[in-house]
Amino acid sequence: MGASGINKSFRKISGSFSIKTNIMSSLDPRVNRLDLKKIADGEIQTNSHLITWEVFHQEKRGKQVEHCGIVHASTPEMALILAKEQYARRGKTTNLWVAKTSDVYTFGTEDEDIFETTPEKTFREPAFYKVRDRIEKFQNKNKVNV
Amino acid sequence: MNTLALKDLLFKMADDALIIGHRNSEWTGIGPMLEEDLAFSSMSQDKIGHAQALYNLLHDLGEADADTLAFKREEKNFKCCQFVELPIGEYDFSIVRQFLFDTAELIRYDMLTQSSYQPLSLLAKKVKGEIKYHVMHGDTFVKQLGKGTEESHARMQSALNYAWPYALGIFEKSEYETSLLSENIFIGEEELKKRWLEKISLVLESANLIIPSIDDAKVVYGGRKGFHSEFLSPLLDEMCEVTRSDEATAEW
Repeated sequence: MGASGINKSFRKISGSFSIKTNIMSSLDPRVNRLDLKKIADGEIQTNSHLITWEVFHQEKRGKQVEHCGIVHASTPEMALILAKEQYARRGKTTNLWVAKTSDVYTFGTEDEDIFETTPEKTFREPAFYKVRDRIEKFQNKNKVNV
Repeated sequence: MNTLALKDLLFKMADDALIIGHRNSEWTGIGPMLEEDLAFSSMSQDKIGHAQALYNLLHDLGEADADTLAFKREEKNFKCCQFVELPIGEYDFSIVRQFLFDTAELIRYDMLTQSSYQPLSLLAKKVKGEIKYHVMHGDTFVKQLGKGTEESHARMQSALNYAWPYALGIFEKSEYETSLLSENIFIGEEELKKRWLEKISLVLESANLIIPSIDDAKVVYGGRKGFHSEFLSPLLDEMCEVTRSDEATAEW
């Protein structure tokens, strides 16, 4: 099934944000030269030749990879080469993964309420069951010596 | 062990690393895109680190300390090839130079992992991975831009044509080649050049770039013997400015 067949409440993360048109002028002439108003109005496409890639970092072999950020690049090879110095130049690394941002799907922000009551469901956490306490209570009550 | 031969080898490697590291750091803050600015800067730092490690080996052989060797030597005593002295130019040239120079570095360090001089073979084993990444970076960019647009291809080819006589200057022979070989310190510039040509030919071919054919007479030698281009002196002036302004206390 292609992207068009996916439920409307799911979307690509690349489409989740829109640029606000309220642009302040900066004291830094380099920022003003960027002409952010034209970018916001869509007159200038920034990095239109480059897509973004999500980068995942793996500290040790066998450990899970963790999302760490994005890079701009034209190919997966370029994305890996650039991700290496962005996200693996400090600390321990065993590997990196990259995936096109456009290949990552997400819920809509308006659906955040589906997660709302989860923290209350403590019965789903192992610490909820204080089994040891109950065993001790039972043992005391019945005078059982272990 | 022929210490003169060994020192000559260490000096040319250290000076190459120091000068290319300083040169490439000139892109810091003005790289073509944020990610690449950071990657190129980080690789420049690696080079300065290699230079420092090699100067430390020289210090162990009785030379002055790394700071003194880097910042307080006269231009004529530097043994770097002229290739590393050239200005950064446009990004096409800087990438082509990085690709050509670092491929030679990787093969050189790979050979040196077998060196009979143990401090050098240990250093080579330690930093080989760093240089391997530098080569991956160079290969990827050269292929991408060589096969990119008509403009990127033309720019890469003309940068390669300009770089070529200087790049061959990396392999300028020293008077110690036979001694280095017979003592198993280093296999020699001729063999290095042969393996380098094989390796870069494969990458350049897949990037649709053509190796220029030039007369041997046009190869730019001299750097290894202390004869440098007009670009080294201003680089040293800038690099040594802080040390010279505060001789007593300035440190790396």
